[in-house]
Amino acid sequence: MKSEEALSWKDLEVGCVVSQPGNASQYRTGDWRSMRPVVHRDHCIRCGVCYIFCPDMAIRKTDEGYFEADLYYCKGCGICAQECITGCISMVPEEE
Amino acid sequence: MRKRTGIEVSIAAAEAVGSANVDVIAAYPITPQTHIVEHLSELVNNGELDAQFIPVESEHSAMSVCCGSSAAGARTFTCTSSQGLALMNEIVFIAATLRLPIVMILANRSLSGPLSIWNDHTDVMSIRDCGWIQVFAETGQEVYDHVMFAFKVAENPKVSLPVILNMDGFILTHVIEPIEFWEPEQVSGYLPTFKPVNALDPDRPTTVGAFGLPGIFTEAKKAQDMALIESKPEIIKAWEELGQVTGRHYRPVETHLAEGAETVFLTMGSIGQTVAMAVETLRERGEAVGLVKLRLWRPFPFEELRRAVGGAKRIIVIDRAISYGGTGGPVASEIRAAFYGEENMPVVTNFLCGLAGRDVTPDDYIAMYQQTRRMVAGRVRQEDYVIYGVRE
Ligand code: SF4
Ligand code: SF4
Repeated sequence: MKSEEALSWKDLEVGCVVSQPGNASQYRTGDWRSMRPVVHRDHCIRCGVCYIFCPDMAIRKTDEGYFEADLYYCKGCGICAQECITGCISMVPEEE
Repeated sequence: MRKRTGIEVSIAAAEAVGSANVDVIAAYPITPQTHIVEHLSELVNNGELDAQFIPVESEHSAMSVCCGSSAAGARTFTCTSSQGLALMNEIVFIAATLRLPIVMILANRSLSGPLSIWNDHTDVMSIRDCGWIQVFAETGQEVYDHVMFAFKVAENPKVSLPVILNMDGFILTHVIEPIEFWEPEQVSGYLPTFKPVNALDPDRPTTVGAFGLPGIFTEAKKAQDMALIESKPEIIKAWEELGQVTGRHYRPVETHLAEGAETVFLTMGSIGQTVAMAVETLRERGEAVGLVKLRLWRPFPFEELRRAVGGAKRIIVIDRAISYGGTGGPVASEIRAAFYGEENMPVVTNFLCGLAGRDVTPDDYIAMYQQTRRMVAGRVRQEDYVIYGVRE
């Protein structure tokens, strides 16, 4: 499928139906972010609470068992930092 | 000509919906539409019509049900008036974007306030830009014929758009008129089985009514605008076919004694009949006056209108609604736009009358003609309009 920017009005399906299930995954919600979560692994206990609370399921488990944000989707809401058991996630402004 | 039956136009309209083999009717009763919906509910209840009649708790739900049933592939009908239309408003716009071929009869009634149950066009003008195909009927027979027409156009896969059929409240809904019914084979010959462009189907899952982000919204609107514009040839084709079936020939813009007219009245809906009487009287008096009737309101028939008006120097536009603090009547502003910049641009005078059922007689239209003659001696500006008969 063409990317949104490449779609002309003629490409749209009748009635603007979406015939490709799950294509919301192509949408880069990471664009909305002004703060980015950064995990300080030395204090992380790998409990996965951040993973459960992320409202966008934007957190993935790494091979070592740590959890990290997928910045394609992470909106920077800060919920993971708020909920982290050990307080090892800090929100860092994007421009830094 | 086949036998005609004297019948209340609302009952005939409901019979037409039944003959069109509708699958789902979702509606909430409101004056002056009530008899149409009541009769449909009787037909379903008596087992004469094999359809689902869904008695909803509001018009908002009526249009929501219609969207669901149409998306599921059912031939769908609803009917409302005035406040009912106002309450279903948000879903009306969505139905057009989703390209759901719902048919709605709008028994035109003024929009409150002050509260009124009587006829004018303030309800339909409130949703002028809803994206539906919008047609006006002048007589009961036209209402009956246009029920079949509306389903045919709406469900045409090249169109796939909802259709509003406007009929004046009381003046048409509650009047008894001789009506020629269609035979079942005429209906089946004219109206093919409904094959939806998109139907909800577990084997081909789709999202209907998805979010439109800024990156795609403009394209979605352009697609919708083009769909409505491009429906016009299909609308004309459906009228031509209807003419072959019934011998009654409908067009986007129709005329009466307009040949060689220097001044033409322009009307929509049932008042065309009264204006026709005024025009005949004026013609007898040697005045070069004609009548142009707009049957198709959306998509707007620009070329057909210019052709019908021909070389007339003056157009008297009769409006049945007010655009407060603006150009007066919504129809007149459209007509002025259609002629703006044209060579020999006619002067348009605009009379707002017949609001909330106030009677307007042929003599009143003759008076409007005379007033127009006086007005055009001076300068008529684009924004000028007259609220006819208002007590100063
Ligand atoms: S900042 Fe919000 S969106 Fe990003 S990973 Fe944390 S909880 Fe998820
Ligand atoms: S909530 Fe905090 S401690 Fe738990 S896995 Fe996530 S970052 Fe590590």
